Amino acid sequence: MLLEVKDLKMYYEILGKGEVHAVDNVSFSLDKGETLGIVGESGCGKSSLAITILRLLPINGKIYGGEMLLNGEDILNMDLERFRREIRWKRISIVFQGAMNALNPVIKVGDQIAEAIMIHEKISKKEAMKRVIELLEMVGIDVSRATSYPFEFSGGMRQRAMIAMALALNPEILIADEPTTALDVIVQAQILKLIKDIQRKLKLSVILISHDISMVSELSDRIAVMYAGQIVELGNIVDVYVNPLHPYTKALLSSVPSIKEKRRKLKSIPGAPPNLLNPPSGCRFHLRCPFKIDLCAEKEPGFIRASKGHFVKCHRFEELRGVDFR
Amino acid sequence: MTSGKPVIEVVNLKKYFPVRAGLIDLIMRRPRLYIKAVDGVTFSIYEKEIFCLAGESGCGKTTTGRAILRLVEPTAGKVLFKGENVLEYDNVRLKEFRKKAQIIFQDPYESLHPRMSVYDIVEEPLRIHKIGDKKERLELVTKILEDVELKPPEEFLYRRPHELSGGQRQRVAIARALILNPEFIVADEPVSMLDMSIRAEILNLMLKLRDEHKLTYLFITHDLAVAKYICDRIGIMYLGKIFELGSVEEVIDNPYHPYTKALISAIPTPDPRVKIGEIPIKGEVSSPINVPSGCSFHPRCIYSMKICKEVEPKLIEVSKGHYVACHLHR
Repeated sequence: MLLEVKDLKMYYEILGKGEVHAVDNVSFSLDKGETLGIVGESGCGKSSLAITILRLLPINGKIYGGEMLLNGEDILNMDLERFRREIRWKRISIVFQGAMNALNPVIKVGDQIAEAIMIHEKISKKEAMKRVIELLEMVGIDVSRATSYPFEFSGGMRQRAMIAMALALNPEILIADEPTTALDVIVQAQILKLIKDIQRKLKLSVILISHDISMVSELSDRIAVMYAGQIVELGNIVDVYVNPLHPYTKALLSSVPSIKEKRRKLKSIPGAPPNLLNPPSGCRFHLRCPFKIDLCAEKEPGFIRASKGHFVKCHRFEELRGVDFR
Repeated sequence: MTSGKPVIEVVNLKKYFPVRAGLIDLIMRRPRLYIKAVDGVTFSIYEKEIFCLAGESGCGKTTTGRAILRLVEPTAGKVLFKGENVLEYDNVRLKEFRKKAQIIFQDPYESLHPRMSVYDIVEEPLRIHKIGDKKERLELVTKILEDVELKPPEEFLYRRPHELSGGQRQRVAIARALILNPEFIVADEPVSMLDMSIRAEILNLMLKLRDEHKLTYLFITHDLAVAKYICDRIGIMYLGKIFELGSVEEVIDNPYHPYTKALISAIPTPDPRVKIGEIPIKGEVSSPINVPSGCSFHPRCIYSMKICKEVEPKLIEVSKGHYVACHLHR
């Protein structure tokens, strides 16, 4: 097991109002060379989970408990300075949402990537540039473009450059948070392919975060479905798609149009996600769930193993096997 | 679906945006350059039909929608609304036309005034067109909020946009577009800023409103899965031109144009067992200032022939109601 996250809790403190339970008792593991997809609606805590793993929390973001082990080593309680030097970017790196707009507009792309390397490693500019050229080749950017400025790049190329930068220090884990938002379909498909190729080549572990279940399905080996700060279902991607157990997963799947299928009526999920300042009692989905019983409002379901590697947080999953949403 | 009368007929519509010339261009007397955002587009939308324009960013789909409503003035061509040329309307008749043709914008976080209440936002068109007194307007607003399923309406009337979720905001934008009882709506990417689960809700609402209010839509989207769900007919645009046009099932399940094929092959599906294969396309979109000669897609086309560089293909009917502009299909 490369990365193990257990009962991780990260809340945002809002002055005078309490805490926003953005990441609440989240547990999962990540193997070497594996891609784990994390899906959920906006505000479900998926990006908060990403910055918690990287310990890039804003000033009001506090870790309230849990464990985070990288190759067995505790990285949650590690001295932050040491984490910054040894873990972040070097072993776990990230491509942020909308990252393609994060390039410095007045520095040549190649120089920006070289700078990222030189901050972390004591090597000469010449050596760093050699590494930059390898990286650009790997992400499919013509080497001659290393001396271009970001505005001379298309959106897809800028995103490739950001991926190159995230890979600059040979990380073991790459977190990709909505890596293709704002990109056109064809460019999106090309970026997904690139991530897949690089992952195979470097035996990289990837955490792919998106609200788009189709995009996550394209790349992931396993999927974690997040709702209101918690993982409600986790399993092999085909298992979860063919045999979704949690009502929320069922609902998500029935709300997504597919280009390959015959037209069917899409079902939407009634209501809106709960306010995480004051999460509902019991199961957090019970207010929107068509299958709720009294127990759901009273007791929080555990994260139950339904079959090998397939976990679900629902009191009634056993009786609801095969039952469609609504 | 195409049995009704055409509500909108677009004939050879063009919109060129001039490129600002620099000082050196002026001194060198270089010719003025234009971005050909829309370059000769022709299609009709029939009563109660949902017609979709799809394509990648910069293909001219949004400009086409805006040009039809005269939110940008077209450079050339005709737009007929129930047989009358909208482009010849004077200001008085244009204002009348605006009652019948409305628009829903992409981003409900930007299209609603943050300091106006839901009531102010939805009532404003009534005030502009001097319809009803205060009491009647309140009734109309309440009714339309119910129609877009913001229930109970009293609870939403005096809220401001920041107190609403993305889906609720888009409902307010739809209510604003419907308050004047229009016949034709341009919906410009109305769900692309929304979460997956809310998309279904808004799409279903738009389908319901079409039946209840007898609406005709021009639906602009880059998402072919959404198009397949909601539209009756579709036009695929590339660099200001329509490459393929037909019923949505025909075009998506049986595409002819190499660009349409590439576009469809690039779309991921929710089924993890179905993967994206090779995408049959080369390079990146050409600049709309220097549109390639002949077929503008030829530098990216894997089937490109000599004729493609020289002659621009015309839209030709390949099967009933299915049109393609490609030299491979003649």
